[in-house]
Amino acid sequence: MSGAQKIAVTVTAVVPLNDLVTRFEFRRTDGGLLPTFSGGAHTVVEMRDGDTPRMNPYSLMSDPMDQTSYAISVRRDDVGRGGSLFMHNNVAVGDEMVISNPVNLFSLDLRAKKQLFIAGGIGITPFLAQIKQMERLGGRWELHYTCRCEALGSYVDELTTQHPNEANVYYDDQDQRIDLKALLDGQPIGTHIYVCGPKGMIDWVRNTAAAEGWPREGIHYEEFLAPQSGKPFEVKLAISNKVIQVGEQESLLEAIERSGVDAPYLCRGGACGQCETRVIDYTGNFIHRDHWLDDAEHASGEKIMPCVSRFEGKTLVLDR
Amino acid sequence: MSKFEFPTSIISRPVYGTLEPRDGSAHLMIADATGAQAILDVATPDMMAKAHIIYIPKGAEFGDRLRALNPAQYYEGPSYAAAEQRIAKAFGDAKMGLQVYLSGSEGVMGQAQHAAMQAGVPHTAIQTEHRGSTARRMQCVHCKGITEDVATDPFQCSHCGLHLFVRDHYSRRLAAYQGVNIDAEDPGNVPEAKGIYE
Repeated sequence: MSGAQKIAVTVTAVVPLNDLVTRFEFRRTDGGLLPTFSGGAHTVVEMRDGDTPRMNPYSLMSDPMDQTSYAISVRRDDVGRGGSLFMHNNVAVGDEMVISNPVNLFSLDLRAKKQLFIAGGIGITPFLAQIKQMERLGGRWELHYTCRCEALGSYVDELTTQHPNEANVYYDDQDQRIDLKALLDGQPIGTHIYVCGPKGMIDWVRNTAAAEGWPREGIHYEEFLAPQSGKPFEVKLAISNKVIQVGEQESLLEAIERSGVDAPYLCRGGACGQCETRVIDYTGNFIHRDHWLDDAEHASGEKIMPCVSRFEGKTLVLDR
Repeated sequence: MSKFEFPTSIISRPVYGTLEPRDGSAHLMIADATGAQAILDVATPDMMAKAHIIYIPKGAEFGDRLRALNPAQYYEGPSYAAAEQRIAKAFGDAKMGLQVYLSGSEGVMGQAQHAAMQAGVPHTAIQTEHRGSTARRMQCVHCKGITEDVATDPFQCSHCGLHLFVRDHYSRRLAAYQGVNIDAEDPGNVPEAKGIYE
């Protein structure tokens, strides 16, 4: 079976934080201990939404050394494919669920002399775990966190109370903005940047830092893409000798799994590279959405990331 | 001046490039001997206004030309060891946006790279350009003593006296290649020493 090892868990708390964000806490159903993890790790939560299986990655936000429980915070996306809505509307205390072992694609570089965290909205979640890790290690860190408004400022109170000198919060509706150039100017050598938030924010931070002469090795970012719906298409899986239909609302990876073919995956968000699949033949156009393959690979027509990318055309034959 | 082409080797062996100007808030340039030529090639007036050059001539005569570039700070000293305090201070005070340029011998570039890494500069973000001597800084893996400017293979450890095979196995942490006893199994059977690249 593909993906990280699975853990059977029971929901122990469902805590609405504001209009959009709810925290879910899990313990192992068998009463045992959960694995420790490192700040920035995510878990893939499996949902049984009627006949539709859903597997969404969420950053772990609890203390990485706390083996008794895990916590995630889920932002409701009313126009998404329904995973977050399912969590908000259908998951209750006492429910049994399956989650994956933690996987970290956004870990701290502990060679850094200082960690500079930049979060936008729900992008705060990996930093909550990383901050706990840094506090334990006694390292230098600083957080700059933008929220739409005070009412949607998840965990702002906790952060500013516990870390008044490190946590800086900016509210969009009060016209507060991160003065990024000034923030980057004068940071001590060995500072690493971590940014998690909307794509525009990630690009802004990466481009500004590069223009100021920061090395790319010191700029870390995480953006999970949710698969997007699109026109249905047909795919031939050459190794399995199957022809499958990818529905409007499902991803190519989900369609492959639904047909009973075991395909590799980890993040299901276009980031980790695990599901990379070779294209044997095609007539049509790829709709590449991942940020794993580079532009040349996207243009080559030789590879596809089935977790987030789609296809429009007559024929697609995959080496799977 | 033509540059020495190092033969292709194992992945551990450092590979050097050609210095290129980069945008940055400050520029720290460390060179020895004919490594000065690489700085002369890359220098621009804009860069020099924010540059700190640390130069170890080792008998080469580029000091006047480097000074004439009019860098914001200039230091010249007789050895890497003599410059070490200044290099540590330069990295200690540095801010992000600093660009690091190293040129000259492998030994000086390796030690300066180590100092930069200690300060938190990713080693892949440091520019290097080899010029001049191909002699190596070697560590005897047996006694751990380091010998500078090793030009022959095998060579005799200047600390413990063992005859050592010069490997391409390099340690960024030690800024040194590894030398391994060549006659451990057949004491006294030491091949005649020749130049490392002969």
